[in-house]
Amino acid sequence: MIRLIFFLALLSGFSHAGPAVHERVLENGLKVLVKEDHRAPVVVSQIWYEVGGSYEFEGITGVSHILEHMMFKGTKNHAPGDFSRIIAENGGRENAFTGRDYTAYFQRLEKSRLRISFELEADRMRNLQLDPAEFEKEREVVLEERRMRTDDKPRSKAFEYFLALAHTNGGYRNPVIGWPVDIRGLRVADLQEWYERWYAPNNATLVVAGDVDPEAVFSLAEEYFGPLPSGDPVQPRIRTEVEQLGTRRMTIRLPGELPYLIMGYKVPVLKTAEKEKDAYALEVLAGILDGGNSARLAGRLVRGSQMAVSAGAGYDLYARMGSLFMFEATPAEGYSLSDLETALKSEIRELQTNPVAPEELARVKAQVLANSVFERDSVFYQAMQLGTLETVGLGWKRVDEYEARISQVTAEDVLASAKQFLVEDNLTVCFLDPLPMDLSQADGSELGGGVHDD
Amino acid sequence: MTDLRQLWIVVPLLLGMTCAFAGPNIQHWVTERGTRVYHVEAKDLPLVDVQLLFDAGSARDGQHFGLAAMTSGLLDKGAGDWNADHIAQRLEGIGAVLGTSVSRDSASLVLRSLSRTDILKSALETMAKVVALPRFSEMDFFRERKRVLAGLRRFGELPGKVGGQAYYQDIYRGHPYGHRVLGESATVAALTVGAIREFHRRYYVASNAVAVVVGDTSRERVESMVMELTEKLPAGPPPEPIPQVDLAGPGGTQTIHFPSRQTHIFSGMAALNRHDPEYFALYVGNYILGGSGLVSKISGQIRDERGLAYSASSYFAPLAEKGPFTMSLQTRNDQAPEALAVLRKTFVNFIDNGPSEEELTRAKKSITGGFVLRIDSNSKMSNYVAMIGFYGLPIDYLDTFTDKVNSVTTVDIRKAFHSHLQLDHFQTVLVGGRSQSHGN
Repeated sequence: MIRLIFFLALLSGFSHAGPAVHERVLENGLKVLVKEDHRAPVVVSQIWYEVGGSYEFEGITGVSHILEHMMFKGTKNHAPGDFSRIIAENGGRENAFTGRDYTAYFQRLEKSRLRISFELEADRMRNLQLDPAEFEKEREVVLEERRMRTDDKPRSKAFEYFLALAHTNGGYRNPVIGWPVDIRGLRVADLQEWYERWYAPNNATLVVAGDVDPEAVFSLAEEYFGPLPSGDPVQPRIRTEVEQLGTRRMTIRLPGELPYLIMGYKVPVLKTAEKEKDAYALEVLAGILDGGNSARLAGRLVRGSQMAVSAGAGYDLYARMGSLFMFEATPAEGYSLSDLETALKSEIRELQTNPVAPEELARVKAQVLANSVFERDSVFYQAMQLGTLETVGLGWKRVDEYEARISQVTAEDVLASAKQFLVEDNLTVCFLDPLPMDLSQADGSELGGGVHDD
Repeated sequence: MTDLRQLWIVVPLLLGMTCAFAGPNIQHWVTERGTRVYHVEAKDLPLVDVQLLFDAGSARDGQHFGLAAMTSGLLDKGAGDWNADHIAQRLEGIGAVLGTSVSRDSASLVLRSLSRTDILKSALETMAKVVALPRFSEMDFFRERKRVLAGLRRFGELPGKVGGQAYYQDIYRGHPYGHRVLGESATVAALTVGAIREFHRRYYVASNAVAVVVGDTSRERVESMVMELTEKLPAGPPPEPIPQVDLAGPGGTQTIHFPSRQTHIFSGMAALNRHDPEYFALYVGNYILGGSGLVSKISGQIRDERGLAYSASSYFAPLAEKGPFTMSLQTRNDQAPEALAVLRKTFVNFIDNGPSEEELTRAKKSITGGFVLRIDSNSKMSNYVAMIGFYGLPIDYLDTFTDKVNSVTTVDIRKAFHSHLQLDHFQTVLVGGRSQSHGN
């Protein structure tokens, strides 16, 4: 083990810092971040809006996501489909993603074509035209997307129900893609209102990374985005999740082949933690449990006791609101979901009782340090990080703190955080208990298959 | 039409770019024991990507479907005097990442490590032992077999997985590409440690290996790295080529009932190997037909025009022998007949009429204008070079890529599509619930 610690000591003296981030805020409130990376003549442009699934409320769930789809369907200046066609003709790759805390649009282009991206993005930030006929088709596309991603995947479906049980009033209760009945009920007017409320320069961050000159990017941003009017300042409603007051449990029964366990403890994240150190300790805890093949869940449950064929843990340090420390596992044959729940809890108890070994902690930190170099191989990922942190309200500068804050976490911090946060009263448990897949009777109709929501 | 002006601006930029950013400088040599080495030096970041590929994919399974995958999966579960814990601890303690993977053609080990001498040395030492001296212990084998069997069961609850496998089975009928890479429950359950050891001895040999190193290392260093990685492997003879795909036989349609809301549709045939002289005509043609995301003809007809699917596309998956051309989509059960009819019609129109000159011009601009995006990171570069190395493509493949795309004509595309794809040979698989009228 001396060997490991030796490596770590040397690693710490290593320079991992990437190039600096340049920041400029336009008069209309648009924040522009630029990160240089001159390895290849490419540029990534991402625009991040502070709106997503967790901003929505009952009845209009999925509105952020379907609006994201409609952003490709024409503006006052461009016909539906123009956006994708123009980017494609310029050799670009483009897409968009809606998360619980953000909606983001991106293009990857040869570097001389950044202007094309800015022109189109600036246009659709304020000039979207929501055509009712296009909307009706897109609603069907989104319903197909939902069937593909969620309805026909037992685990995704279980996860959706799990989140709805774990949260009572908070924004993380609803699926980002929306409940089917809400998707069906949305009207163009709902989208229009949502668009007007959230799509404005003062509710957005533009992140550009690649082989660019920051000053040139700022002036190009000024040229295209500068003339856009600010929107009315908007603040999402504060919808802090109520206290949980006891364990919650559910069983999902769906045709399937394998049982599956999901567990989540309500925990603070960096943004909400009273002491930030707790959030970083939870991050390290996730690494101790699931940071590779040497971590505890793989070593003890998959290999050691062989109770699980797979097991994982996860934590979202950078969520906008308090979130869940997650576990998921598939039992090996001969073990029940209850057996596996017991085994996971005994791992948790162990973490609450004995400090993690120095070499385990050293491994997590060594991985963090190496990853900070590996991540620099992806210009897109670097831009993603800046956009995420800015959009959840932490500020991009937090990216640079990560390594240092992780390296300060001690075994005692990890023990204390496990003890304080991974407690029974904050736990939600979901058993996916598969029904036989009776293929001869398969009808898969919208009203069949044991689920009646679609 | 209003965008044409914009398009013309692009052309000189493109030409300028081709000169400024030619393909990477790939160094290539063959070691005394027959390992083909490909090296790209990239000093900007202090990291190294190492790939070791063997012609040891599932096409080498024989009747033991799943043998190649099981062999590969067991490599890092024990080697020499280390068990799985030791191996993982050695790597993760220095922040290195080692993965194993298998496809129909290849089995590969992929390492990413910091380039600092002592760290890289330790990572390579681990990789070398894992590839040459795996333990294949009974205990590890029984556990991993159980996990693979569980994985296969899980595929059984996903209509896309069920359909994809039925489709391969239908187009390859007995050819070694026809079974799932992971194998089938019955064949995996019948695997033995003896067969795995034998497979490793036969295929994990130096003359059957391709080594790819991209990153912060000199040629000299790479020579000794590859030596270290392969010195404990037998020189071995490289294996015989796998059999050609027999295309004779009519197409057909298979319907599999499944308790899902969507029907997954796959349609196509075995069509293209990596060395086909018409590769670029087919690639560019398919880009127009169904390979360019939202702007393709198939997506336009299925998604934009009719809202029938979230994802509808076509692609060639070239392999050592003929890999498939596949059109696929997923749609609500009651819409499956309509969607399949539109898919077929779009294909037939394309076969009959080919692309227009304007469509071809657009596609070329899109492909060549975005060429640099294919190789703009070490990891992408590493994967491209691995593909070039494994299939023995010309070393200037990336340098000539743009020219080859630009030289494709509409006539080339029509000819190539006609000679490679015949609708009456297509196999079509539909997996889903029975069509019922849909009460909204």
